[in-house]
Amino acid sequence: MAFVKRYLIPRLIQYFLVIWLGITVVFLIPRLTPNDPIMRVIGELRGRGSTLEPGAMDGIIRDLTQLYGLEGSWLDQYWAFWGRLFRGDLGVSFFQFPARVNQLIAVAMPWTLGLLLTTTAISWIVGNIIGGLAGYYSRKSWSRILDAIAMVVRPLPYYIFAFALLLLFAYVVRWFPITGGASLGAVPTFTWAYIKDVLWHSFLPALSLCVLGGAVTFQTMKLIVQNVNAENFVQYAKMGGVTEDRIVGKYVIRNAVLPQITGLALSIGQIFSGALITEIVYGYPGLGMLLYRAIVNGDYNLIMGITLFSIIAITTAILIVDLTYPLFDPRVRYK
Amino acid sequence: MKTLRDLFRDYRFAFSFGVLVIIVVMAILSIFSPYDPTLWNVVPKDLKPSAEHWLGTDSNGQDIFWQATFAVRNSLIISLIAGLVSRVIAILVGMIAGYQGGMVDRVLMFVGDSLLVIPLFLIMVMLAMLVRQYMNLVILGLMLSFFGWAWDARVIRSMILSLRERDFTKTAILSGTGTVKLVLNEYMPFAMPLIFSTLINNIAWAIGLEITLAILGLVNLNVPTLGTMLNWALFYQSILLGRWWWILTPVVLSLFLFIALYWMSVSISEYLDPRTRIQRVGAS
Repeated sequence: MAFVKRYLIPRLIQYFLVIWLGITVVFLIPRLTPNDPIMRVIGELRGRGSTLEPGAMDGIIRDLTQLYGLEGSWLDQYWAFWGRLFRGDLGVSFFQFPARVNQLIAVAMPWTLGLLLTTTAISWIVGNIIGGLAGYYSRKSWSRILDAIAMVVRPLPYYIFAFALLLLFAYVVRWFPITGGASLGAVPTFTWAYIKDVLWHSFLPALSLCVLGGAVTFQTMKLIVQNVNAENFVQYAKMGGVTEDRIVGKYVIRNAVLPQITGLALSIGQIFSGALITEIVYGYPGLGMLLYRAIVNGDYNLIMGITLFSIIAITTAILIVDLTYPLFDPRVRYK
Repeated sequence: MKTLRDLFRDYRFAFSFGVLVIIVVMAILSIFSPYDPTLWNVVPKDLKPSAEHWLGTDSNGQDIFWQATFAVRNSLIISLIAGLVSRVIAILVGMIAGYQGGMVDRVLMFVGDSLLVIPLFLIMVMLAMLVRQYMNLVILGLMLSFFGWAWDARVIRSMILSLRERDFTKTAILSGTGTVKLVLNEYMPFAMPLIFSTLINNIAWAIGLEITLAILGLVNLNVPTLGTMLNWALFYQSILLGRWWWILTPVVLSLFLFIALYWMSVSISEYLDPRTRIQRVGAS
């Protein structure tokens, strides 16, 4: 019970507060900026040369006003906004009318989710193992070489790195398809051929995310392990004749991985944004591509929908990672 | 002087210093540019690099070298505004939270942590969509600074927390030093190197976000920055058409800039941490 009271409940309160704050920010942005989103949409519609009768235009303005929940005082609007969110209604997309934002997100999400889950898992696990070994054997030459590579890769923004890989694989070695999520005209089925096709297409975006994410995990893990190495219990284990493999695997990495879990939770937001950008570079049909099309078309409602969805998805992912922490750290469990 | 000499012993610091000097010189050169960066068709289009046009010309009829000098200058302006303004916010929040503690601390840190968790990139896209027609270097810089303070405020706060427990704080308070004076005169000198190292990281972050927003077409594309140069090069399919000199200029410049900024910040923070300093420079 003490665990629930001291760990779980404060964490859940924080979770709901963060979601509340994020969604409130999304609510406030269009209202604090000088532009009227409705007039913008109308302006862009006109700019595209669609001629509408005055009556039809009034109808559209009324629809949009209701959609944005721009009727009544700010407080009324705020309530209406939350009401729509609880019903899971994110409105319609302006430029893929009458598709609903929910449907568009639902189609794109599995792609992003699949890409993110696999790359985050791979880069975190591999990064921690290699980083742990490199930290323990920090005087070996392979450890230094890996460190040098990480020093170069780490600072690169997702866009630039993905773009550099794209140039390399598009012009120097043509091993992988450089755009799309599956071959054109391929029908989504649970056959090995289709799955292979998807994996083949997602290799480059996944590689970008794995290398960038892995470099960060590697560096932090190496640093932590180097510090753990200096602790008394490691020295004692060595003097006591415990084998090196056992020290690294059982004592050092296990201790060092705890801050890495917190680190993973803190960086999920960044990883997510990075994945969106990487998708845009490779034309991978996930949320990032949806966002890109929404930006190009000025589809504000779709962008807002993606943002709201992402806030909830990311905070939930972080909550889940945080809740696994007690599984790794008995001290939190029993206190 | 001794500090600098120690720092230069680290090859990473020497490298980044060199790269940054070249880039700043490039930015200053923009004053002498013979062309107006906003005008198109001032030189023949799509020329390869030559003695006359060092880095060739692009499909807009602009000289790429001189365009790059403006791009570097503007990217640096945006990121400096973002970095400096967000430093002010981070210092204020960090110091107030760290020194006051209690409820103030909890609220400020909650807001900061939320900023770390929320996908800022998407919020920034929403904002940029709405203010697109007013967008200029200063507004973009301020927009970035408004969201870029959270992590560094946390770092500064934890430093203040540890300084608050030191003896000299108690001595100062007992001898009647005011809070403001204590923080400015006694704490700032301790925090300064740390703030400088966070500034470098923040500058790199701001340049990276500017590039991303520019590629999405959310900034004023007529103002050359590293991001808008890349945007134009992609827009005119310079990769497909084999105009490598055009696409490579912003890519190579940003690669060097990011690596230099990161190495500099790593090297400074390692220097600030005495444990690692002794490993490298030796005890002094």
